[in-house]
Amino acid sequence: MLRIKMLTRLLLGIMFSRDRWQEIFETIRKNRLRTFLSGFTVALGIFIFIVLFGFGNGLKNTFKQFFLDDATNTLWVYPGTTSKPYRGFKANRRIEFENSDLEDIKDNFKFFLEGITPRISRSARVRYRGESDNYSTRAVAPDHQYMEKTLIMKGRFINQDDLDKKTKNIVIGRLVAKDLFKKEDPIGKYLEIGSSAFKVVGIFQDQSGDREERLIYMPYTTQQLIEKNNDKISSIIVSFRPELGYTSALVFEKQLRLFLKNKKSIDPRDNNGIRIRNVADQIRQNQQFASVLQMIVAFVGIGTLIAGIIGISNIMVFVVKERTKELGVRKALGATPKSVIGMVLQESIFITALSGIIGMIGGIALLSNMGDRLEEFFILDPYIDNFTAVVATVLLILFGAIAGYIPAKRAARIKPIVALRDE
Amino acid sequence: MISIKNLHKSYKMGDSSLHVLKGIDLNVDEGELVAIMGSSGSGKSTLLNILGMLDLADQGKYTLDNVLIEGLTETTAANYRNQFLGFIFQSFNLINYKNALENVALPLYYQGLGRKIRQKKAMEYLDKVGLKDWATHLPSELSGGQKQRVAIARAMASQPKVLLADEPTGALDSKTSSEVMSLIQQINNEGKTILVVTHELDIAHMCKRIVTLKDGVIVEDQNVDQVIVGNHV
Repeated sequence: MLRIKMLTRLLLGIMFSRDRWQEIFETIRKNRLRTFLSGFTVALGIFIFIVLFGFGNGLKNTFKQFFLDDATNTLWVYPGTTSKPYRGFKANRRIEFENSDLEDIKDNFKFFLEGITPRISRSARVRYRGESDNYSTRAVAPDHQYMEKTLIMKGRFINQDDLDKKTKNIVIGRLVAKDLFKKEDPIGKYLEIGSSAFKVVGIFQDQSGDREERLIYMPYTTQQLIEKNNDKISSIIVSFRPELGYTSALVFEKQLRLFLKNKKSIDPRDNNGIRIRNVADQIRQNQQFASVLQMIVAFVGIGTLIAGIIGISNIMVFVVKERTKELGVRKALGATPKSVIGMVLQESIFITALSGIIGMIGGIALLSNMGDRLEEFFILDPYIDNFTAVVATVLLILFGAIAGYIPAKRAARIKPIVALRDE
Repeated sequence: MISIKNLHKSYKMGDSSLHVLKGIDLNVDEGELVAIMGSSGSGKSTLLNILGMLDLADQGKYTLDNVLIEGLTETTAANYRNQFLGFIFQSFNLINYKNALENVALPLYYQGLGRKIRQKKAMEYLDKVGLKDWATHLPSELSGGQKQRVAIARAMASQPKVLLADEPTGALDSKTSSEVMSLIQQINNEGKTILVVTHELDIAHMCKRIVTLKDGVIVEDQNVDQVIVGNHV
């Protein structure tokens, strides 16, 4: 208690003594190299900490953008090629999905199912008046909108009526509209895809980026009609009720796999006939990856801080050692131990605080100017929250002060004769 | 002014201890100029350090200007040094990044005087040692003799009761030595009590009294005819 009281009085005494400040500024001004070195260490330490921490956050941003854009409760089912003979079929048989598979999944998995859609991806030459370009098309069912988190900007998405009537209605991406229609309103206009004309009924945007916004959606039944009225499906996307949770999702995946293998006469031990990508499982792995990433960032950050603290401690020890003689002279001239400690401490706190703040502001400024410039290195919008930045800076200043206090105290205790002894 | 009785001091050197001062009795009156002579290892510097409260005696009584010096904490020792004593060192011990004026003003800072008074007083004392024109020069720009004169001005600035000089001419050639001794004599003539530790006989003879130490005891204590050094300053 007494110690704290004394320390407070000491600190207050320091802060309001104009003479002390003058003495310190003089010392700082006349020992520029020393001041620069210790200040630079602190500024660099905090600067690197902030930049690294910000980059870590930038990595996480990229990560989020990559993986958290689509709905998380979906299973992606792809047909493959068998690798084992089974029920009289030879190996290396190509599996194909057709419309009846959709119906069968709907009938057999009512409990799990939230939505289902096929997806048939094609690429086609698309023309509108003078403009034309190649675009990817996706033939889907209405449920696809939710699963890809497609946002309708204008008009509507593909609906059940489109499927039933096999209409030639399409929904185009924002960039398709921009490229082909310029400033014209595309809704109700006709686009030529391949050799058929399609009516634009909606425009969408997608947060996954430009590639998604260059897509064109159409009813899958229409696509099948164009392709000689077949009933083939390239892949199926199934969403399960989110409230079921992760374990049920795994059960669903397992049962769905068994069901399809049985229906398509694939050996139950053959892993190549049907491929299922469980987004929930992936998300879980991704989240684990994200937390590992976070830990690495925290580790690097703390490591940098500790390195900074050790750096400033070393410099403080060196500074006090270098000044031993001077402090001895001061003591001989009547400096009390308290004033010696106070002087060394005040100088170190002043330098660390000032350069710490400079480093902090520099780091934050760099981060906020970064934006998406490092996106190719998977660092997007790096940032550091003010709280972390300030706490780190204060920590460094605090430890700098503690690191300065110990050698200063030792120096104040040295007998002047020892300090003044000629080397 | 100074009175010491039965002063003992020993230093621990590993397991053995070195008995440096073996019962010193000494009285110095106000206005005296005393040379403390002795070969190296005789204990003269230790004696001066104890007188200067830079070191503590193991045993004995030390009175300075009727104040009994004992049981000093670091802080009170610092305050006594500041009020009572001025130091002049062989190696000058000026603070190398402060100019002459700031060096002289430093003890005044520790006396708690305001900046303007400090500057004014410091300039007075610099003038006294003939270095007014060198006030803004750093120690590295001064000659050895000039440095020692700055150090003397610094020692004088706090208006101490006693000046303690430890081999003040040890690092100087004979001409500048004379200059410095002349200054010391001049200050002494103005009434200041001064103790000079030296091993040079001619320097000792520029004082009024010579106390000779040998192996930690006083072997000779005599008043001498002072050799007056011509004023070169």
